[in-house]
Amino acid sequence: MEQSLLLTYLLLIPLAGSLLLLFVNKANETFIKWFGLIISSAVFIVSMIIYYRFDYNLAGFQFIDNFIWINKINVSYHVGIDGISLLLVLLTTFLTPVTLFSSWNSIKKKVKEFTFFMLLLEVGMLGVFVSLDLFLFYIFWEAMLIPMYFIIGIWGGDRRIYASVKFFIYTMAGSLLMLIAIIWLGVYAAKFTGAFTTSLPDLYKVGPNIQYEIQKYMFLAFLVSFAIKVPLFPFHTWLPDAHVQAPTAGSVILAGVLLKMGTYGILRFCLPLFPQSAVIFAPYVSVLAVIGIIYGALVAMVQTDMKKLVAYSSVSHLGFVVLGIFAMTTEAVQGSVIQMVNHGLSTGALFLLVGMIYDRTHTREISSYGGIAKIIPLFSVALMFASLSSIGLPGLNGFIGEFLILLGSFKSPVLNSWAFTIFAASGVIFAAVYMLWMYQRVVFGPVTHPGLNSLKDLTKREILILVPIFIFILWIGVYPGTFLKLSEKSSNVVIRQALGLSVPDLKSAAKQ
Amino acid sequence: MAESLTAVQKLSNKYSKTYMQDFINILPLSIIASGIFISVLIEMYSKYSEEILPWFSIIMLISSAVSSIALINNTQVIYNGTLATGGNVYIFYFMFTMGAALTVFSSIDYIKKYGSYFGEYYILLLSSVLGMMLMAGAKDIFTIFMGLELMSVCFYVLAGINRKKSGANEASLKYFLLGAFATGIIVYGIALIFGTAQTTSIEIIVANFGVLSHNILFIAGMLLFIIGFSFKIAAFPFHMWAPDVYQGASTAVAGLMSTGGKAAAFSVLIIILSAVFPGNNVNVFRPYFAVIAALSMIYGSIVAISQTNIKRMLAYSSIAHAGYMCIGLAAGNYESVAGIIFYLAAYTFMNVGVFAVVAMIEGENDTNLELSGYIGLSRKNPKLAALMALFMFSLSGLPPFAGFFGKYYIFISAVEANLTWLAIVGIASSVISVYFYLRVIVLMYFSEPETEPAVVGGGYGVFSAVIAALLILVLGVFPGSLLSLITAYLK
Repeated sequence: MEQSLLLTYLLLIPLAGSLLLLFVNKANETFIKWFGLIISSAVFIVSMIIYYRFDYNLAGFQFIDNFIWINKINVSYHVGIDGISLLLVLLTTFLTPVTLFSSWNSIKKKVKEFTFFMLLLEVGMLGVFVSLDLFLFYIFWEAMLIPMYFIIGIWGGDRRIYASVKFFIYTMAGSLLMLIAIIWLGVYAAKFTGAFTTSLPDLYKVGPNIQYEIQKYMFLAFLVSFAIKVPLFPFHTWLPDAHVQAPTAGSVILAGVLLKMGTYGILRFCLPLFPQSAVIFAPYVSVLAVIGIIYGALVAMVQTDMKKLVAYSSVSHLGFVVLGIFAMTTEAVQGSVIQMVNHGLSTGALFLLVGMIYDRTHTREISSYGGIAKIIPLFSVALMFASLSSIGLPGLNGFIGEFLILLGSFKSPVLNSWAFTIFAASGVIFAAVYMLWMYQRVVFGPVTHPGLNSLKDLTKREILILVPIFIFILWIGVYPGTFLKLSEKSSNVVIRQALGLSVPDLKSAAKQ
Repeated sequence: MAESLTAVQKLSNKYSKTYMQDFINILPLSIIASGIFISVLIEMYSKYSEEILPWFSIIMLISSAVSSIALINNTQVIYNGTLATGGNVYIFYFMFTMGAALTVFSSIDYIKKYGSYFGEYYILLLSSVLGMMLMAGAKDIFTIFMGLELMSVCFYVLAGINRKKSGANEASLKYFLLGAFATGIIVYGIALIFGTAQTTSIEIIVANFGVLSHNILFIAGMLLFIIGFSFKIAAFPFHMWAPDVYQGASTAVAGLMSTGGKAAAFSVLIIILSAVFPGNNVNVFRPYFAVIAALSMIYGSIVAISQTNIKRMLAYSSIAHAGYMCIGLAAGNYESVAGIIFYLAAYTFMNVGVFAVVAMIEGENDTNLELSGYIGLSRKNPKLAALMALFMFSLSGLPPFAGFFGKYYIFISAVEANLTWLAIVGIASSVISVYFYLRVIVLMYFSEPETEPAVVGGGYGVFSAVIAALLILVLGVFPGSLLSLITAYLK
């Protein structure tokens, strides 16, 4: 089978860039920053090529590369992309140069190490989204922890050590649990097919045949690991600390991409590999998701720190995504996938804006702001746009995702109850409450502190970062079809696998 | 005269082929042995021995390593069934000699720091390597014992070689007393085994294992033997000597003791248990190994958290790693043996590298060994900090380093042998251990130092740490080649 190698290039370019960066003298800060920007833009261009060549009418994985890596335990370097992963890969490659550009002036010490870790992080994130072998997936999943840990710990806020260590140990505990499930699954595959394997297409045939008693433990092991990442209530306690203490770039990547790795994992692994358990546990997980929606929103309402407010809003938004996944209807899963992208864009924009104002005043407390609309109107408009997108105003991207999720969970045969939708819908109202209230206190009204009068408005660089994000927010909100059609076939495949229905032969659908 | 000459010639022609073959068979061993003798001569007669001896030892060790890789296909049992060559034995030889070579590299500057130079240091190092090699290649119980005694006595002396330090004297005496006690238990076990099996040849014992295992005296003998070796690998509850000895011994030697000594002891355990691996016999020692594995992993990981001295912390982490490897012994199939050997290779380089870095940071008179000495190291010496971070990540089992793959493979073998609970305990202790490995990195990178960290030096130490780091990276990203090499020679 000829390999297209495009996905391998996608992974190799940031890796090569990061290794080359080690040889650059750390005094050339400008060169290092431009180098990082160029490398991540190159990766974005490669992902656009993949987008153009992607055929959204096919259901299976495309651009597959399959090289034998460790023969003894049947591990291969097996990567491929389908509609769902394509959207997430595009999100990652889009956000990374934006993030690097946004930290142009805010990261002042150890610029070389920062760019190095960001590029390594990009390799890890992309690897997670394209891996088709569980061992490879695990390696990228864990390896991505190291750069994130350093980014929070070196360039973070005052309580960064606590936040980074908590983040690391919490996430690693979950993923080690997943490791046992991966090994267990491989051993089961050995019983069924004769060889220990961790290759996903093979395991898709083995997983559903494992009897429920054993399968539910594997499902739970995977679920807990992803639930920590998402984060699903009650595994969310690492999130506020990590988000608040991380530097702006770290928060954007953390909220924009890393959280999606959890939901992607549920969609890619939990549902197709363990369909019986997924269907049985769906109502319970959805209860947790709805609790997360409401709890996240309520706690966000009482926050005084803007970044913490946005962090808790992430918990709330991703509760919607998990609800949509476990509703297992086409609308809901499509809604979840697009909401993953939406959340990345809107929360990313929010974190960027909070970071911009923090760069100017070095405080994130809402009480230190008031009435800045007169002083920095451009910023206020941008903040309004991002807030409305986060709330889910029709016409912007958030509405598409939330509407589809609510519609899908309303008529879901798996959830079988309107209660989920009703309670989740209240989350939309709460989102409006906390977001608009924060906006009103920060932007509208009289100017509360005289020091605010000297605030400078958005620089050209900052406008350049925000405009592409806003263009996509508007595009997805007004014409989401461009993006939804990419993932439609793949979402249907996942749903059919989860519900135990027959799936079109994926091998014949594979295309370069 | 002419007849006696032709007689001698005839004899030598008849035996020369076997002598040549024998010479090649024991080439790695004879290189080390001749190295020992020549080192003694150099030490006695040359006044430049301080400069020559380290490099000479390195040359001998590396040539022994190279010869064992070159002759790896030469799998035979020689000397009347007492010594094995080729295959996994030579993989062990490679581990021992490379580990010792890296230790010698880091010792060169370390000894200058302490000012007490003894030529015997390098001679004892080479002798201990010879002892390890005898243990790994043994096919007869007496060979095991010879190797064990040779290695142990050299380690007892090496632990206390800085005789001006009271900590070293204490370490050496503790090690000697407990080690002699353990050896006594081993000898008693050997006596019982010999009494019941009526032979010291391991092949015959292995062949008759099924019959012999019904004999309670034989099992008692095996158990005593295994307990004695559990002392040597510092598994719970036979671990008490490890923290004090690693702390008191000179750091470079501690690196070799924790890796080579442990690897040699594990090789003996693998040899003695080889009856159960093909699955012909029930693994009667599974409960024993499973329990000490679980306890070692948990104990080592938890107690290491409270340590402030980095050498003691590494000693407790060694106890935990011995636990992971004992999972393989409990599982008792071919995959687990391959896993143990791979883990030992990865562990050897990880630990030798760590101790090399610690040796460089250590100040005179045992200063700067506390964790607080590592604060802000990333600013003072970024290369050393990066190497230390790499070793810490590998020890905690994070991909893509070698430590992860060793653990992964052993966990696979445990699950295949229906010991999933043990793999879960292993996972739990991995999570616990992440805390104290990460703590070092936090101190190096995230904390601000109040005082300037001590100046660290050593060109050769950095070299050995870099080589160890490269080997870990290679083994981590491409473990397949070593793994297939090991499994090819297992069947």
